[in-house]
Amino acid sequence: MKREVPLIITAIFGCFMVIDFFVPHPLVSSIGETLQQWAIIVVAFAYVLGVANIARISGQKISRRSRDWFYQFPLLAGLVFMLTVGVVWGVGERTLFNDFYLYAYSPMQGTMFSLLAFFIASAAFRAFRLRSFEAALLAIAAIIVMLGRVPVGTLMWDKLPVVSDWIMNVPQMAAKRAIMIGAALGAISTGLKIILGIERNYLGGE
Amino acid sequence: MNKSRHLLIITATFFFSSLGLAPGALGDGFEPPSGLVSRDTRGDGGGSITLTWERSPSDVQQGAQRTKITYEIFRSVSRDTGFSLVGSVPAGTTAYVDADSGQDHRVENNRNYFYRVRLTDGLAYSAAALTGPVSARSNWFDPARANILIVIVVFFILIFIYIRRASRGASLFVRKIAGLDAIEEAVGRATEMGKPVLYVPGIDDVNNIQTIYSMVILGNVAKLVARYGTPLIVPVCRAFVVPLAEETVKQGYLDAGHPEAYNPNNIRYLSDEQFAFTAGVDGIMMREKPAANLFLGSFFAESLILAETGFSTGAIQIAGTANIHQLPFFVVACDYTLIGEEFFAATAYLSGDPKLVGTLKGSDWMKILLMLALVTGALLETFGVTSFTRWFTAQ
Repeated sequence: MKREVPLIITAIFGCFMVIDFFVPHPLVSSIGETLQQWAIIVVAFAYVLGVANIARISGQKISRRSRDWFYQFPLLAGLVFMLTVGVVWGVGERTLFNDFYLYAYSPMQGTMFSLLAFFIASAAFRAFRLRSFEAALLAIAAIIVMLGRVPVGTLMWDKLPVVSDWIMNVPQMAAKRAIMIGAALGAISTGLKIILGIERNYLGGE
Repeated sequence: MNKSRHLLIITATFFFSSLGLAPGALGDGFEPPSGLVSRDTRGDGGGSITLTWERSPSDVQQGAQRTKITYEIFRSVSRDTGFSLVGSVPAGTTAYVDADSGQDHRVENNRNYFYRVRLTDGLAYSAAALTGPVSARSNWFDPARANILIVIVVFFILIFIYIRRASRGASLFVRKIAGLDAIEEAVGRATEMGKPVLYVPGIDDVNNIQTIYSMVILGNVAKLVARYGTPLIVPVCRAFVVPLAEETVKQGYLDAGHPEAYNPNNIRYLSDEQFAFTAGVDGIMMREKPAANLFLGSFFAESLILAETGFSTGAIQIAGTANIHQLPFFVVACDYTLIGEEFFAATAYLSGDPKLVGTLKGSDWMKILLMLALVTGALLETFGVTSFTRWFTAQ
């Protein structure tokens, strides 16, 4: 029963959501909306599990004096602080919670994101090394596309933007759409497998 | 003279507006729209009526010059009186959907309505064309999505055929997928080095099919690491994924016969925030130096940050995602990349289960059908036939 009940629930609600896509009648769509609201409520409860997971793992690291255990203090302090500030003073605009989010967390997030520029440079350096015929093609195409999108490229050859656009709109787009179609079919067949219970590994063992 | 004429028009407008809508013509030569038709809006949940008409000759002749010309749409429950303005559309428009007109003006299902449409420039107006009675109703099927339904039904039939064939013992060829073969190699390498395996199931929630499928692959990876006795670290970005990952890994260890090796502390919820999670995973990679990093799931801008950090630690890296914008990053920074559909082929490939392999073959045949449709559509478009490609338009 531990496996059958979840499989039955998955099949019923999975089929219902597929029907909801094709049937606009309020009788069906209102149930679909209710189910989605249930999902939001269930997800909200999951945050309790998330916080419990952090507290348990961090607490054990501190109690066992595991490697780098002292980093768990700022983590737990941040968690408790933001939770307290949010519960006591609210989370809307012009609140302490919002201020900390905007002036403490957002800059840190921006810093993390900005690392991407350096990583793109290092990854591109490796990708564009001419180790094979395919790598050479990639490098040449990349150089044309990059030059075609900056003014200096137009100065070098006024047809460069046209060639660049052709690469992006024809071979690049064709390859991208082929991958998209394959991925979409894979996603649909996975959905079918899960709804029908053919794919059940995510529920545990046999 | 001109001033008194305008005064007369304004006075008449107010007079007739107070009565409802004037059916007669008051315009300076405006002609009404013709062919006014009203019907229930197809394929909706009700509360909506669609009107169509042919452009007034005045609109056709003068529309380009007179930008203030609009069609005004009036509605009433009576044929003769009580019309009120529900909307207006610019000259050149030939359709209007009466819906969401506010609580006081909303269209009720199964109630008869009459509509009048006239052309006006704000001062003068044409006679109003009348249509009705018409009523809105809730529909049980959206015909605009019939094409999607047909394609899905064909796809499902193909999958069922091949599942049946595979179940009866037919030999179905599945091409070699290097990235999936490499998973065992990566786990073996981690075992030899005495270092853990890192498995990142993406940053999306369980409502994304990639996250669910990542859990399926995680189950297989958990069995592998349990057999080899290698620690498995699973950082999680979404709170809801935590219990799913815990159960999946625990069951993997159980299936492999090593439940005692399961360490719940290795399923680590880090943060729901994208870059906080990224920083956390980077920290794990730098501190615990996993020998194998598996990035399988839905990834976004953090993909290259993760993969480059993993590259700098010297780990063998296998990635797989259906988010095509992140694929180039993974291809560049990882040793193996599962591209799009390869990601969804993982369990069929790894388990060899006939039912799962059957779904792969069904997908392959669907791709062949779609390729034929693409070629046919391209040829027909070349010769000016557009109905075939239009049929594939998704609503």
